[in-house]
Amino acid sequence: CHAVESAAAPCINGWEEFPRMQTVTLIPGDGIGPEISSAVMKIFETAKAPIRWEERNVTAIKGPGGRWMIPPDAKESMDKSKIGLKGPLKTPIAAGHPSMNLLLRKTFDLYANVRPCISIEGYKTPYTDVNLVTIRENTEGEYSGIEHVIVDGVVQSIKLITEDASRRIAEYAFEYARNNQRNSVTAVHKANIMRMSDGLFLRKCREVAENYKDIKFTEMYLDTVCLNMVQDPTQFDVLVMPNLYGDILSDLCAGLIGGLGVTPSGNIGANGVAIFESVHGTAPDIAGLDLANPTALLLSAVMMLRHMGLHDYGNKIQTACFDTIRDKKVLTKDLGGNSKCSEFTADICRRIQDLD
Amino acid sequence: MTARSVRSLSGALKPLFSNRCPGVYGAASCNQRQKSTYTTIPPPARYGGRHTVTLIPGDGIGPELGNHVRELFRFCCVPVDFEVVNVDSSVASEDDINNAIMAIRRNGVALKGNIETNHNLPPSYKSRNNLLRTTLDLYANVMHCQSLPGVRTRHRNIDIMIIRENTEGEYSSLEHENVPGVVECLKIITKTKSLRIADYAFRTARAKGRRRVTAVHKANIMKLGDGLFLECCKEVASGYPEITFDSMIVDNTTMQLVSRPQQFDLMVMPNLYGNVVSNVCAGLVGGPGLVPGANYGEDYAVFETGTRNTGKSIANRNTANPTAMLLASCLLLDHLKLHAYASMIRRAILSTVSETRLHTADLGGQGSTSEVVQSIMNAVQSTGPQTLSI
Repeated sequence: CHAVESAAAPCINGWEEFPRMQTVTLIPGDGIGPEISSAVMKIFETAKAPIRWEERNVTAIKGPGGRWMIPPDAKESMDKSKIGLKGPLKTPIAAGHPSMNLLLRKTFDLYANVRPCISIEGYKTPYTDVNLVTIRENTEGEYSGIEHVIVDGVVQSIKLITEDASRRIAEYAFEYARNNQRNSVTAVHKANIMRMSDGLFLRKCREVAENYKDIKFTEMYLDTVCLNMVQDPTQFDVLVMPNLYGDILSDLCAGLIGGLGVTPSGNIGANGVAIFESVHGTAPDIAGLDLANPTALLLSAVMMLRHMGLHDYGNKIQTACFDTIRDKKVLTKDLGGNSKCSEFTADICRRIQDLD
Repeated sequence: MTARSVRSLSGALKPLFSNRCPGVYGAASCNQRQKSTYTTIPPPARYGGRHTVTLIPGDGIGPELGNHVRELFRFCCVPVDFEVVNVDSSVASEDDINNAIMAIRRNGVALKGNIETNHNLPPSYKSRNNLLRTTLDLYANVMHCQSLPGVRTRHRNIDIMIIRENTEGEYSSLEHENVPGVVECLKIITKTKSLRIADYAFRTARAKGRRRVTAVHKANIMKLGDGLFLECCKEVASGYPEITFDSMIVDNTTMQLVSRPQQFDLMVMPNLYGNVVSNVCAGLVGGPGLVPGANYGEDYAVFETGTRNTGKSIANRNTANPTAMLLASCLLLDHLKLHAYASMIRRAILSTVSETRLHTADLGGQGSTSEVVQSIMNAVQSTGPQTLSI
């Protein structure tokens, strides 16, 4: 039997019976995390995707030296597999450790947050034909966490913009656009007010755009983007921006297609690490009751498959998922139906088997 | 913090602040002063029964819209004279904007178009609009977004009032590059200004009969900065028991706005979030051509279009939508206590907007600016008092 050389080509010349199994670190998370993770695993199994799951827990522990860190076996697994799929994590208020998402971000230097927002046929929102991607710088900007009280009653927050981080995110944005056949990249900024900081970000984007002449580069003020986004989202393609604007805009776009329950998200780090996650909360009120909607995690997993080059499997699973939603027969409560999570999952699995 | 402790604190800080910035004062004295002047502030001076208002045409579509306002006012015999001050955005010198500011100090009221900020100029060139707002301390930006009949939008029955802090926050223009390649931009939140804007928001809510005030923030990440803002809002809210106060994180707010905007009543927020939210709301009710904006300070008021666009790409083509600027001029008339003229013109504008065949390009129609203005003038003529034939 001939093993296929790269995972990016699982179906070459009839060798598809022996695709190379890839390991993915699975972090089920809290609340509804475990049930949606098992739903995703079941769907992947039905689709015969060449993924081997390694489940890990990332609850923070205090390492030597007193600093909070993720458990070493989780870090080791991620470093080896380079790809992760994460469910929702809860941040306990008085646990003493920082938010888990922040810890993961720092540990793996996840600098780009990518959210493709594509209208889901069958889940009606006032906005149809949304097809855009928001790429948000995830390490600096307004969320540097550097705040001081100058005098009582006067607080200063520092927004940090560096050349390196701006260049890195711009390069990633153009690479993403090229790899996913996107036509244009728009830099979102407020350089008329924040002259130096957003000015630097914009300059770096312009510099990187010089190397990608095949992709159209435009720049637009944040307020203009917001204004146009709610009137006509079809005019946007790939958007790249610093941290705060990215936070607001990516949630705005998620709202356009139906909310966080159906939006996939991926975080790209240095050294080729990528963690895909669902961005909704842990929903403790419905945890364990088989009522959760696995769509967000499933679409993130599809994004992961595409990132790994397994486009066929990704398309198959996505089609099955969208068909189920369009059919409206077995929808979970948040999508307007009355079915259980297991029924929803079973329907998707059935469609995958029919597609084969 | 109790009111008493706030007063004592402001007392302790008074000498500290009074040396440096005479305009800043403690929270309690701020309340008292505003309470005494809010209802009895006299309208700006009238000479010969006519008001003088500064007009800053600005760039892009500003000049043509300013002309339409003047034309309409002349037609309706409004007792307002405009003092036009041009600000050239291409020169680095700040003389023009200083002249404009002086004119506004003289007249007390202004109507302005947006002045372009060429961000290819060096960072020492500050945004002219921002300079105007901060120098005149126009601390409250008020935008009222309402669904208009006759304008087809995805969402119906929107009626949101947005009050945005206009002078500090992310727009403090304090930036530096300590190390080459690393730029720091400071966002300043002060207790005084947060209390002031919160107070303004609740007073407006009470005056307009609004039931609910929502503070928009990001205090889960910017704990000290937005945390202070939120605390100030809560403090002011305790003095208005008939108004419900809640808060929402800005990214959730934008998500809620695009799915169910009818849940919002009055929103108060710091500068940058105000920019985002006001543009989202303007987009929801039909676009930048429909919503007027007002900037109020202690002593001055400046009116402009809500979303502050220059509209460079549609300048001088007679396709701009004059509704926003004309409604802003109605707000101006209300401020000058010329309520009869304001309602007359506003009625005419709203009746024109509901006629689909006159919609301009931004509303999906093919009407021209002059047609719209002509139709408004006709509407005024047909509903206004008739002169007796001699």
